[in-house]
Amino acid sequence: MSATTLLAAQSQELGINPVLNFTIFGAFVLVTLIIVFRASRNTKTASDYYAAGRAFSGPQNGVAIAGDYLSAASFLGICGAIALNGYDGFLYSIGFLVAWLVALLLVAELLRNTGKYTMGDVLAFRMRQRPVRAAAAISTLAVSFFYLLAQMAGAGGLVNLLLGIQSSAGQAAVIAAVGAVMIIYVLIGGMKGTTWVQIIKAVLLIAGAFAMTVWVLGLYGFNLSALLGDAVAMQGGKGEALLSPGAQYGVNEISKLNFLSLGIALVLGTAGLPHVLMRFYTVPTAKEARRSVVWAIALIGVFYLFTLVLGYGAGALVGPEAINAAPGGANSAAPLLAQALGGPVLLGFIAAVAFATILAVVAGLTITASASFAHDVYVNVIKKGKIEDKNSEVRVARITALVIGAVSIVGGILAKDQNVAFLVALAFAVAASANLPTILYSLFWKRFNTQGALWSIYGGLIVTITLIVFSPAVSGSEKAMIKGVDFHWFPLENPGLVSIPLSFFLGWLGTVLSKERDDAKQAEMEVRSLTGAGAEKATSH
Amino acid sequence: MTDTEHDHADGLPPDGTWERVQASPEFVELRRRLRVFVFPMTAFFLGWYLLYVLLADYAHGFMAIKLVGNINVGLVFGLLQFVSTFVITGLYVRYANRRLDPIADKIRGEIEEAGR
Repeated sequence: MSATTLLAAQSQELGINPVLNFTIFGAFVLVTLIIVFRASRNTKTASDYYAAGRAFSGPQNGVAIAGDYLSAASFLGICGAIALNGYDGFLYSIGFLVAWLVALLLVAELLRNTGKYTMGDVLAFRMRQRPVRAAAAISTLAVSFFYLLAQMAGAGGLVNLLLGIQSSAGQAAVIAAVGAVMIIYVLIGGMKGTTWVQIIKAVLLIAGAFAMTVWVLGLYGFNLSALLGDAVAMQGGKGEALLSPGAQYGVNEISKLNFLSLGIALVLGTAGLPHVLMRFYTVPTAKEARRSVVWAIALIGVFYLFTLVLGYGAGALVGPEAINAAPGGANSAAPLLAQALGGPVLLGFIAAVAFATILAVVAGLTITASASFAHDVYVNVIKKGKIEDKNSEVRVARITALVIGAVSIVGGILAKDQNVAFLVALAFAVAASANLPTILYSLFWKRFNTQGALWSIYGGLIVTITLIVFSPAVSGSEKAMIKGVDFHWFPLENPGLVSIPLSFFLGWLGTVLSKERDDAKQAEMEVRSLTGAGAEKATSH
Repeated sequence: MTDTEHDHADGLPPDGTWERVQASPEFVELRRRLRVFVFPMTAFFLGWYLLYVLLADYAHGFMAIKLVGNINVGLVFGLLQFVSTFVITGLYVRYANRRLDPIADKIRGEIEEAGR
């Protein structure tokens, strides 16, 4: 009881009510756990565990994709960026949305038709299995780990902001609790449980954002121009600069180039994110995969339009001074707006949704990473595709999920005070550099072969990580990860501008320098990818 | 269902079928129809997106021109990216339903028939 009073006192300044926030979030966890337990009854085979028996419909999967994709970074981060830097925050949303066209037109259906559980299934289809699967798994684990770490570290800041827990031990405890719940979802519910968590979270997040958007617009008589005018007029902000691009990225030539590089990585990264790709296996046919992307595009697009209103709304109704002063800074814009509109109850709801967001995204990443390890590395590299016991694959996947969950809890605790915003950009850059060129070449280039695949995956991975390590994001700038030393020589924080073209080039070069080609396998892959013949069917329960 | 890799056993056609199908006029037509839509469309939306990013990056003055009240060129341009994404999605779905699915379904039916 006394601890609760203390918490309440700490948060009183902001009018945050931790007890209420805990209660609402606890209710979310309870409801989702019940659903996950119910969903787990039918989770037996590998197809159930990794791909939910391929039994979700397109619309259901589309909602789950939105739940998987709209991370706390896109909700809190973009609202905050728009509130403080105006237009430049909006640029992120557009990259994140347009990227889905790559997935829709070039990847989703063909991938669904050729693969079973992982990205490695598609990349290794007509190549030598073991080296390509190992490469695909390493890339999957790298992308998932960077993304996971960013989410878990974000959870630390969120705890401070929304629950008023300022002590390191307290924040670490909450991060551990969040990680533990996520592990339970993944271990027990598998892909089906994870999918339902993502669906529930997406509905709550989009409904919450919709209600706040209508509320904000209603205050301004549904006149967007008046809202923008008020945001500009607020004291302590950037004034007119909020309405046009450049407030954040227009400082100098390097920062402009940096933005261009980020924009390219965002638009090309999505279709190479393993946890996004894996969602396409949860539907029965390619046509349902198409429908899921359509639903995802509609929901994600509408959501980003909401964040535009919410960001400027927070700028106008809360004001940049109050946002900067709050714990969490820019990330507090959306919660503070919720409080300004609907008081502690709406704030509690939005806070709970933000936590649910982290849980759902982290669960999706964990199941993807564990599937890639169990299916690509354990079954196909270590056991060479011959496993005696059908259950052993799922058992390995569960153990891997446990390990990844534990690593992400520790990583999240260690990284919680770090500037890890660049980790999401890094995940997108690796996905766009190592994964996307390899996927596109596999699907569309007849001549592509094992050496090409290895060069584009490892080349993309190594180049991207090297450029990041020697970028100002890691050393030699004010907000660098490692302070006090300066070993950077690459001027951009976002490596995509260099790493993406280079990976495409390496994939081509590796291919033409190798004589290997397997026309029979290529014929099989192409016919299967376009027609769906021989594609994995849904399991009936 | 089986859980083995490369499941030639589960009702799939005999060797040589894939290459025969790949060379068939119907399949060539399916591949042509897919590529003739998705490649130019991808070039278009990437170019259109890149134009937007470059304008936002290097043409601040142009993007700041006000059109109606506080609504400026940049905001309209940004919203047009949403519109174009939604429109391209709609166009592709219509195209795929009418021009790709029937022919893909027919070829798949023939392959699965041969596998029985």
